Amino acid sequence: MNETETLLQTTPLHALHTELGGRMVPFAGYEMPVQYANGILKEHLHTRSQAGLFDVSHMGQVRLDAPSGGVPAEALETLVPGDIQALRPGRMRYSVFTNTDGGILDDLMITHAGDHLFLVVNAACKDADIAHLQAGLGGHARVTPLPERALLALQGPAAAAVLARFAPAVTAQKFMTGQTVRIDAVDAFVTRSGYTGEDGFELSVPADHAEALARRLLDQPEVALVGLGARDSLRLEAGLCLYGHDIDTTTTPVEADLAWTIGKRRRREGGYPGAAIIAAQIEDGPPRRRVGLRPAGRAPAREGTEIAGEDGSRLGVVTSGGFGPSAGAPVAMGMVPTVASAPGTRLSLMIRGRAHEATVVPLPFVPHRYARG
Amino acid sequence: MATIRFTKDHEWIRVEDDGIGVVGITAHAQERLGDVVFVELPDIGKQVEQGGEIAVVESVKAASDIFAPVAGEVVAANDALTDEPAKVNADPLGEGWFFKLRPRDPAQLEALMDEAAYARFVEELG
Repeated sequence: MNETETLLQTTPLHALHTELGGRMVPFAGYEMPVQYANGILKEHLHTRSQAGLFDVSHMGQVRLDAPSGGVPAEALETLVPGDIQALRPGRMRYSVFTNTDGGILDDLMITHAGDHLFLVVNAACKDADIAHLQAGLGGHARVTPLPERALLALQGPAAAAVLARFAPAVTAQKFMTGQTVRIDAVDAFVTRSGYTGEDGFELSVPADHAEALARRLLDQPEVALVGLGARDSLRLEAGLCLYGHDIDTTTTPVEADLAWTIGKRRRREGGYPGAAIIAAQIEDGPPRRRVGLRPAGRAPAREGTEIAGEDGSRLGVVTSGGFGPSAGAPVAMGMVPTVASAPGTRLSLMIRGRAHEATVVPLPFVPHRYARG
Repeated sequence: MATIRFTKDHEWIRVEDDGIGVVGITAHAQERLGDVVFVELPDIGKQVEQGGEIAVVESVKAASDIFAPVAGEVVAANDALTDEPAKVNADPLGEGWFFKLRPRDPAQLEALMDEAAYARFVEELG
């Protein structure tokens, strides 16, 4: 064992991963399963056809309370451009933390849990996010990290039927809502959300109950464990951003094609870091934009691949790319100048020094199948 | 009698009676890579040095270089892999071959690992 390995953290499901053949790799400071014995391709396709169970306990879970009771929606709005005050109890929203340049510090899920706000942030950013919340919200909100909670994701067309066997109330739950349900005498906070483009749930449970719950779910015939490799290929086909790759401090939400996360009132009123820059980009259009890219051949265009115009001029880079198992072809996302961002625009991808034809396409690559009801 | 030799980068080369070497990746290599989704093959006639980048194999997750086990000239490529890259997983030492090479220096071949030495090498990797 070398020094970096000894410094890696583990999730409450670590023993289960190794027992079930997980190939463990370092990821965001954690030792996590990139795949199990079935391999990424089968895990990906299984999630799209039945149900995949993912351990996402490395992600940061945070509780925000208003000191005087209620939810600190107004306070959180000073850090994110989403309309949090309009969020009704039980509803959730995707948003981003912005910096004063309008760049993205992290993307996150915010759920109105009734008497508090429940946040899920990226593993690699969670320490910085918590410090940012504590510094930015001051006395207006109490910030409580929840490291004693695990997070499981159950994703795929069979996810609802499977979870309903343990918690019938989830059947009526709509996409982007959250509620507390009892599963085996344990309270689980369940949101109907995910990162695959499929219907599904994320379950926040006490860490010491996570393995028992995971085993119960895995006993269901439709459910297979799925690692981070397929999680990445699933989210890429779904056209969803990966922080640190498709979005970061140098990309604004408008450039990242995430302006839909900024409600009308917030566009008008601002009041979050970088609001003036972001409002101007919404008004005038951003200089560049995240797009879907479909290479013409079979060669995958990986992150960092140069995007060139038909005349050979450099336009941008691929921010995420690989082979889409459900698309049956290579798929990618990249940043290009807005003038080159219209679907149908023909581009070149410089793969190993050779130009490969590609076309700008609308996202997602595989249709979302959310339970919008 | 064909002779098969192995590299530390997990390529194999099998030299047939006509002196032409068939090159592919080992069962261990395909297992570590996972499902192969794309193979980039060299052009016929290409001259390559020993250890030179000669082909690319891509799994869902990543791209990996294939290095020439010995110096020589590429005389054939397995175009069947273009449409069916999964042959590399299914039959790495057979139908999953990548290309054929006319070796320039037989001594290079003799210096590579034989089957027993490669098996020990893989075992030591753990």
